[in-house]
This record gives sequence, structure tokens and C-alpha cells, in this order.
Amino acid sequence: MFDVVIIGAGVTGGMLARALSRYRLSVCVVEKASDVACGASKANSGIIHGGYDPLPHTLKAKLNTAGVPLLYKAADELHVPYRKTGSLVCAFGAEEEKTLAALFARGKENGIPDLKLLSGDAARAIEPALSAEVTGALLVPSAGVICPYMLTIAAIGNAMDNGVTLLRDFAVCGIARDKDGFTVRAASGDTVRGRFVANCAGGFADRISEMAGDNSFTLLPRAGEYLLLDKTEGARVSHTIFRVPSAAGKGVLVTPTADGNLLVGPTADAVKTPESTETTPAGLAKVATLAKKSVPSLDLRQVITSFAGVRASEKGGDFIIKMSDTVAGLLQVAAIDSPGLTASAAIAEYAVELLGRAGLPLEDNPAYCGERADSFAFRHMSDEEKDAYIKAHPAYGRVICRCETVSEGEIRDAIRRNPKAVDTDGVKRRTRAGMGRCQGGFCLPYVRRLLAEENSVPCASVTKKGGESYLTVGKL
Amino acid sequence: MLQHDIVIVGGGPAGMAAAVKAYDSGVRDVVIIDREETPGGILRQCIHNGFGLHKLGRELTGPEYAAVYAEMVKERGIRVYTETTVTAVTADRTVTAQSRDGMLKVQAGAVVLAMGCRERSRGALNIAGTRPAGVYSAGTAQKLMNCEGFSVGRRAVILGSGDIGLIMARRMSLEGAKVEAVCELMPYSGGLARNIEQCLHDFDIPLYLSHTVAEIHGDERLAGVTVAAVDEHRRIIDSTRRFIPCDTLLLSVGLIPENELTRAAGIPIDPVTNGAVVDEHRQTAIPGIFACGNVLQVHDLVDYVSDEAELAGAGAAAYVLAKHADSETTVADNITVPTVAGDGVRYVLPQRVHPQSGDVALFLRVSAPAGRVRFTVRAGDTVLATAVRPKAAPGEMEKLPVKAEKLAGVTTPITVSMEELA
Amino acid sequence: MKRELTCIICPRGCLLTAEIENGSVTVRGNGCPRGVTYAETECTHPRRTVTSTVRVSNRENTMVSVKTREPVDKADMFKVMERLRAAAVSAPVAIGDIVLADVCGTDIVATKAID
Repeated sequence: MFDVVIIGAGVTGGMLARALSRYRLSVCVVEKASDVACGASKANSGIIHGGYDPLPHTLKAKLNTAGVPLLYKAADELHVPYRKTGSLVCAFGAEEEKTLAALFARGKENGIPDLKLLSGDAARAIEPALSAEVTGALLVPSAGVICPYMLTIAAIGNAMDNGVTLLRDFAVCGIARDKDGFTVRAASGDTVRGRFVANCAGGFADRISEMAGDNSFTLLPRAGEYLLLDKTEGARVSHTIFRVPSAAGKGVLVTPTADGNLLVGPTADAVKTPESTETTPAGLAKVATLAKKSVPSLDLRQVITSFAGVRASEKGGDFIIKMSDTVAGLLQVAAIDSPGLTASAAIAEYAVELLGRAGLPLEDNPAYCGERADSFAFRHMSDEEKDAYIKAHPAYGRVICRCETVSEGEIRDAIRRNPKAVDTDGVKRRTRAGMGRCQGGFCLPYVRRLLAEENSVPCASVTKKGGESYLTVGKL
Repeated sequence: MLQHDIVIVGGGPAGMAAAVKAYDSGVRDVVIIDREETPGGILRQCIHNGFGLHKLGRELTGPEYAAVYAEMVKERGIRVYTETTVTAVTADRTVTAQSRDGMLKVQAGAVVLAMGCRERSRGALNIAGTRPAGVYSAGTAQKLMNCEGFSVGRRAVILGSGDIGLIMARRMSLEGAKVEAVCELMPYSGGLARNIEQCLHDFDIPLYLSHTVAEIHGDERLAGVTVAAVDEHRRIIDSTRRFIPCDTLLLSVGLIPENELTRAAGIPIDPVTNGAVVDEHRQTAIPGIFACGNVLQVHDLVDYVSDEAELAGAGAAAYVLAKHADSETTVADNITVPTVAGDGVRYVLPQRVHPQSGDVALFLRVSAPAGRVRFTVRAGDTVLATAVRPKAAPGEMEKLPVKAEKLAGVTTPITVSMEELA
Repeated sequence: MKRELTCIICPRGCLLTAEIENGSVTVRGNGCPRGVTYAETECTHPRRTVTSTVRVSNRENTMVSVKTREPVDKADMFKVMERLRAAAVSAPVAIGDIVLADVCGTDIVATKAID
């Protein structure tokens, strides 16, 4: 019997697991995919939002504002790459400038520091690539960008290092409540028991809630399509460039990523399921057109990949974070759409507080260590430091991924440390091997071999992303 | 910091031929740095035949062609640093590399860039749909099959009629897979005519010109692709969309010279070839740094890669020997004239020429296929050379020799143009 | 009978026209004499060099590349493949080593060295 079973190994579940690992508790995270960060947490804008957008006094406003400093702190402890880019919300014409003024006022009310309204020319002075048609902009200095899946991987890895259990390929299909707690059943027949259940199931949170006996909300999945550009375009802009938000969302943005690429997107289209992550010709074309409107000099020939992520919203528009009204011991952490990533550390704090009030004993874990070793330590070394490190650890000398300069040593680390990479996509997200301009064309056979070797399995059983995603279909 | 007269970045066909030529031109201290376990580059996975007819007078497979040059390298005692990846080259010719022994730093007298090229990926094409396993660039599939012995799939569609795709269509067919179709976006094939013949026709594989893959389907492993015809603006014609079930999609949609090191060194790049701007010795705009092979321009034939690499090897040797002799002028100090792609010509290489330096061969690609054509090389109103060819195609590189006596005294840009003959 | 062919002997890929009359073949469009030989053979008994791989039994996930020493009848390509699929060699292998003797009238030789 675990004290808490967290359903979903996305950024919400991961940050909650890490927050709970500070206490003397037994915690288990169950995840239906073969790896963590496989839902919305791997495919979003990666923005640390300033906090001007949420309506005052909502959970979103409160947790966004509180979340920014907490997230930067967590990223430092977990060594997750981020950049404080600052953001510019751009208005095209007088009508949109009115909205900017309203956002400025709202941001002030939400307690966002150092907001500034700029003229079009003043905005172009600090961001020369902006369209000449931009007539005004709201500068949000506290905004930034972070790698969302690295944050999730690091948070869960750190939680595991502090004693949390992760069960993968655990697709929850039933939740039964008895007098001691919950029995959570997987499609595979496995079960896990917990005194409390935290529903962090992203797009599936409404279904999980229903399984537990609470059907108080329904989520509306919306897909956002993105284009990722090569690092040669990474310096096209230095700020995160937003359009003025509308009812449909924050619009198509243009932003450098924490890793030095350029990201444009997303669209916001209603889709059938949280797994509708296919890209569409119309969506990709729309992203390209709208991105060019903000930054006309964008070189779209430098696109290296496209992807889509599905976010789960609720018609009320706010996060749903509360103990269930109908099922005792069920914590809902649902409808975590934007600014969910920004707020993730604050959401975790708030969720722990709710569990504490519901009777979870929060006694400090003296062995807790919030620091996680830096996955990117090697690549940030000087040539002299690398030389010394390789002499002690020769596997770091052999480059496997040439586009991102990822060594065999770094890949072996990713396969060994919590949460272990088990497939080629997992290695890619942890090390960036295959993330670059050739998209794994050269390194895939080598990464596959390292996975087979480290896990003592035949090469043929290595998959791209679990399930039946085999890379080859047998020997010649 | 180590010192070497000539450092060659890349041990594929270009790097090996450049090293041999540099050595034979009188520079003994030549080293090759290569990231793989053995030199040979991509040739090691190109097990088909058709290599060497022009250069060696016999028809070889890729590994055999590579072995011929590897033997020449070995005979000369040229050192090959294997499993060593160059991470930086600077304008003052220091080369930084990473291997199991640590970080290697070399001050080179001259550098020859021979890093080859990479394949254009799915992402660069922006194909819509899901992201399942089973979508490969043709060369990745080729490596998995020919070097590691794995079957990549049972039923395949190939996008792009580049040579590697055609070769892989045959390879998969021979291994018992069903190749449903080759789709080519352009109204003409990108591969050599003989590969259409022996790789597609021999196996009854249809080639659909002006067609593309509109969408990719399947969650875990590829379940199929939607193919569709495109109009003259390469836009998908929706009424022609058709689903083809398959577990494999191979992409053979173009090669991109791997010039990240070149760019980082500050060497100007030609936006059409995606390779460095060079003179007839294949010297880049930075003196002492040369480039050859597919990193300079994507070739159809390895034989021509070897030819080009010999120019670079000889150029690098001359540069080093002139430095040793402390001679006042080097090749780079002389005046050059630019070459210009005229009517019907997509690019001309080298991009600049020293008019006083002897016979020069100009290499070019045409913009669109044509029947019988005449190429004319002009400087102002003076015709420097002409050549007639029975046909021309973008997939087939043309070579136009220009005689020294015609070049001497040229001071204006040299334009190459193509006209179709009746 | 008249046939249009693409010569596969060299990368130029000449477009050949072959007129076949009473068993003799007249060839036009060839850039060199090899084109004539190709067209004649292609019209009477087409042949192909088969290149493939054979498993190296004492090396993990390693293949040695091979070819038919001489071209074989085009109709025999899949027969050659069947023989190769069943074959295996032990390293070391040198270029030119006979991997399988007497397959469809020729030998299968290694085209890559495996140490």
C-alpha cells in the first residue's frame, strides 16, 4: 500500500512526485506509456509565461505568478536548460493595442514585475526581426523558455532517486475505492494500492476521474501543431514573440528554445482524443503563415521537424486542482493547459498542501536531495575539461550523434540513470541524440545498438517508442 | 598542440583521394581524421556495383572502391585517426577533434574538408501525419540492411527518385519485400537513367512522377501512407489522394552537404550548392582551407568525387610547399574571376577561377531536363568553350573543359549557359 | 522488332534503339562500343550482376557484402538470392574470397574484408 499513487508521468505528475519525495512517504507514479513525458509534456511551447494572461484571482493567475520563481529554482536544482528570454506580445494596429493595454493592467493586478508597454519602433529596437507592421508591444521581462520534457524527466528522475517508484506501461483501466484506500488496476492485470490517488493524467484526467467515481468535469482536447527549426535559425529572435491573445488561445508564437533551436506554433484545433497528435497539411501551413506575419525574415527552409501536442482544457477555463467532492482521497490535478508548465512547481506545492489538509502526514524526509546531476555537464565543459574527463571515461570521447555532438558515454548514462531510457525516442529526449538536423539518420543504428547492449536484449527488440514500434522486422 | 602539414577532415572517398594526391605531390606529413571505425565513408554501405568505371577502368562495388583507396592510403603510411570526430576548424587552421583518447588539437599547414553530406529528413519535408517507426531516410535503411543484416520492412513506399532510393528499391525487392511505388515530386526523376532501368523496371516497381506522400499513418509502426499527385506548383491535388498500406517509407529526397564546421570556420557558402565557394584548386575563401567531394557539391558518381579530391589534395600540397619555400605569393594571392550560371544552368563550380593557372574543368548542373543541348562558356563576348550533349538532366552533373590558352587574359566573369538544340 | 533501351553499363545511361531482325541486332544511340554489346545481350539473354550480403557467423550483427563474379541470367536473380540467404561465412574474409562456388554459372565473391 503506497501513501500516494500518482496517475500520469507528465510534468504535473512528475513535479508532484518530486514534491512528495521531500516527505517520509511511499509514492508510486503509474504511466501508461513506455516512458515519461509522452503526452502534452513532450509537445508544447516550452514557455515560462510571465503571467499577464490569466484572469485575476483564478488558480491560473495565482499559480502562474507563484510558479515562475519556483520553476526557475527547480530548473536550477535539476539542471534543466532554460533561458530567460523575456517575451514581447505584439499588437498589429490600434484595436490590438487596446488589448495590450488591458493585458498590461491585468498583468499588474496579477503581480507581474517590470511589465512595459513599448511602441512598435521601441519593440523593433530590442527585437529587430519583428515585422514592420507591429505597432506596439508588451514587454514581459520575467518570461523565459525551458525544455518541457527534460523538466519532466529530471523531476521524475529526482523523485525516483529520492525513493519514488515508477511503473511504466501501466494503463489504468479501473480504480476501486475501499475503506483503506484505492486499488488501481492496469489493462495488463497488474494492480497497485494507494491511500490517496492523485489524478495527473493530462488529457485523460476526466476518464480517470470517472473510473474513480467522480464525473464532475469533461476535458476538451485541442491540438497544437508546431514547426521546429535548425539551430541556424535559433538566433532569429531573442525574445519569445507572441501575438495578442484571443479566445482561441495565445496564438502562434515564435521563440528561441532552451536548446538553441527556433520553435513556431501552435495552432489550436479541437480534436477527438488526447492522442490525436498527427500534424495536418493545413495546420502546418497555418503555422508557417502566421509565424511569418510576426517575423517576416524567418527562413522556413530550416525546418527540421514538425509535431503536434494535445492540451486538455475545461470549459471553465481554469485549472481543476482540488480534492474530489465525491470521492474521498482522490486529488484532481486536471485541465492543466497553458500556463501549466510554468505553474508546475507551484501546482505541486499546492497539491501537497491539499493532500496534507486531507490527512496525508507530511513529515520531512531527512534523506531528501533536490539536486540532480546535470545530464549536460559534459557538453558544457571546456575542451581542456573534456580532455581530462575523457581520459578517465573514454566512452565520452566517441561521438555518436554528430549533429548535436552527443557521446556514447552520455547515451549510456541516459539508459542507466533514473528514469531509464528504454527506446530510441527516450534516448533522443534525454540526450538530444537524433534531435538535430539529420533527425537520427546517422546515429539511429548506433543508439539502437547501445540500447540493446545496455539492456542485454537483441537489437531487433529495440523500439522507437515502445509497443509495436519496432525499427526492423527481422534478420535478412 | 600537434602539428601536421595537411589535415584531412573525413576518410570517405574524397578524404582518401585527397590524402593520396597530397602525399604524391610531395607532402609526407598528411593525416586523415575520420569518425568511423574504418575509413571508406558511405561507400562501405553501398554494396551495389557501378563504381570505378571512369576512375579505375573497372566496375566495382562501393566497398571494393573504398578498399582500393584505403590500400593506397596504407601503402603511403598516411595516418588515419579513426573513431575521431572533428568538432571545430578555425580560420587559422587549428583542428579540434574528440576521440576515446581525449581532445585532439592540431595546428595544420593546410586543411582539406571532406565531410560528405547527409540526407534530407522527413522533418525538412514537412509531411503531415503521425510519427511512427518505419520512416527512414534511404541511407539509414541501407546501413541497417547492408552492414547490420536487418530487414527494415516488408512492404515499402519510397518518396524521391534519388539514386539511393532507387538502389534501395532494388535491394528491398531482392530481399523479398514488396516495393509498392516510388513517388517523385518533380515531373522528372532525380536519379540516373540506368538506375530507373535496373532498379525499378527490372522489378516492375512503378515510378509516379509529380507525386508526393501527403500523409503518414500509424501510431507505433507505420500503417500506410497517403500519396497524391501534385500540380505544376507542387501543390497536392486532393482528388488524387490514395492510401497505400505499407510498413516502411524510405525517403530519398536530396542530400545536403554537411558544412556545419565550414560555416563555423567563417568560410563563405554558395547558397545553391550548399558547399563552400572555391577556386579551381578547391580552395575556399580562407587560404589554406580546401574542400572536396560531397561536402562541396553533391556528386552523382564517386569517380568524380575522387577527381575533385585530387584537385584539392594537390592544391593543399602546393599551398604547404609554397609556405615551406617561404615563397611570396601563393595561389590565393592571384587575381580570380567569378563564374556565373547563365541560361538553363543552376550552378557552376568552381565559383571563381584563376585565369592564368592552366586548363580548368567547369562542373555544372542544369535547371531542368532537356534533349540535345549546347553548353557555351563565355567571358564577355569571347567564347571560351562549347560542348554538345545528347541530353541533359538535373540529376547528371556536366563537366566542361576550358583550355589554358582560352582562359589566359580573361578579366570579366565567366558565364556558362545552355541552349536546347532542335 | 524495335526496342528502346537505357544502357546500364555506365552512368551516362545512353538511350539505345535496338532493331532485331532474324536474330541480328542493330544498335543506335550508343556513346561507346559497350552499348552495342549491352543492347545485343539485353535483347537476346539479359544478364545482371547481383550484389547482396551474407551473414558472418562469428561476428554479431555483421554482414559481408558479396557479388556474382560474372553477371547471371536476369531470370536467375532470385535464385541467387535464395542461395545467399541460406549461406554464412566465418571471418576473416578478404575481398575476392569465394563465398559460394558455382551459383547459377558463376561464383559468389566477397566485396568487403572482414577482419
